[in-house]
Amino acid sequence: MATATDAAEGSSLVFHPMDQFIVKPLFGDTIAWYSITNVTLWMFFAILAIIGLLVLSTSRRAVVPGRMQSVAELSYGFIYKMLEDICGKDGVKYFPYVMTLFMFIVVANFLGLIPTAFTTTSHFAVTVVLALAVFLTVTILGFVKNGTAFLGLFWVSSAPLALRPILAVIELISYFVRPVSHSIRLAGNVMAGHAVIKVFAGFAAVAVISPVSVLAITAMYGLEVLVSFIQAYVFTILTCVYLKDALHPHH
Amino acid sequence: MATEPIAAEAAGTCVDSYGSAIGMPQLCFDWFPNQIFWLVVTLVVIFLVLSRVALPRIAAILAERTGTITNDLAAAEDLKAKAVEAEEAYKKALADARSEAQRIAAEARAEIQADLDKAIAKADAEIAAQTAESEKAIAEIRAGAVESVKEVARDTAAALVTALGGEADQSTVDQAVDARMKG
Repeated sequence: MATATDAAEGSSLVFHPMDQFIVKPLFGDTIAWYSITNVTLWMFFAILAIIGLLVLSTSRRAVVPGRMQSVAELSYGFIYKMLEDICGKDGVKYFPYVMTLFMFIVVANFLGLIPTAFTTTSHFAVTVVLALAVFLTVTILGFVKNGTAFLGLFWVSSAPLALRPILAVIELISYFVRPVSHSIRLAGNVMAGHAVIKVFAGFAAVAVISPVSVLAITAMYGLEVLVSFIQAYVFTILTCVYLKDALHPHH
Repeated sequence: MATEPIAAEAAGTCVDSYGSAIGMPQLCFDWFPNQIFWLVVTLVVIFLVLSRVALPRIAAILAERTGTITNDLAAAEDLKAKAVEAEEAYKKALADARSEAQRIAAEARAEIQADLDKAIAKADAEIAAQTAESEKAIAEIRAGAVESVKEVARDTAAALVTALGGEADQSTVDQAVDARMKG
């Protein structure tokens, strides 16, 4: 992307908007699959945040909740209700799975908003694994629960007979495009926002533009706070919708 | 963003010698195994924490709260029913007391009426007795008066006869007086 390294020699305007996404080893120089990197560090922070939010805050088990316990209960109720509304009663047993996805994405997104933080959810490697996990779960669950009746998902029985083969092709394509859109939507949104903030930050080096730049960064940051939550919400609600297809594959 | 160049083999294919990203770091496949490995570890840890500790605990808290609220509502319902009952009992007691008071008042009134009737009857009887006595006395007095008039008339008649020079025959005078007084 637009790294202006060559043009920036000797100039104060240096843009490295993508440098914040570089994976760096914390110990040593090489990155093997087991190396402890900034990915590890920020995922560890995500785990700590989730434990703090959902476990430590509820340790008093207060009938009248405090602030943090309210947040924990709200997030529980939010995802539980979403899953129950979309998938029905039999979807509730997948609640820990959906809650894991939601909590990881929302916490990683918000941790990524801390200045100088590394945003794990801005990487396709992460979101593709999340989306593929959903895709594989839904597909396998669909066949296990419904057998070949799961293929009825692609055979739109309410459409005229002549249209059904065409619709089946479209449905099949859209089914396999799901993990792609599912993952790129999340990583793309998070990455774009962070990169734009970085670009505005680069402009702050010019004294004349810097007030505008600071305002723009503030505005983008506000937008990113919204995006962080909304993308986690969208990812989770799509997971619920796909899960509904696996549980009830009738249109 | 290192300022001094680093060794090419440490930088790899995704980072240039100044530590800046070449292209999109998201598409650096060298880093994929590391990210995927730690993501899987993270997800497993989060899943275990959530499914073993956090979610059952929150579910228990929410259930307990629902239970508490239900119990409190039931207790409130009970207390309300008791209050209504107490009000009923109070009203009943009030109505009883009122009817009792009315009964006592009626009784007292009846008693007084009976006493009064008795007293009136007694007074009437006394009055009647007195009247009868008085009438008797008046009759006696009247009879006495007639006798006295007869006496005086006889005496007067006898005296008149004698004064006129006649011989007063008592029985004749009496008859004559009686005859006159009848007429």
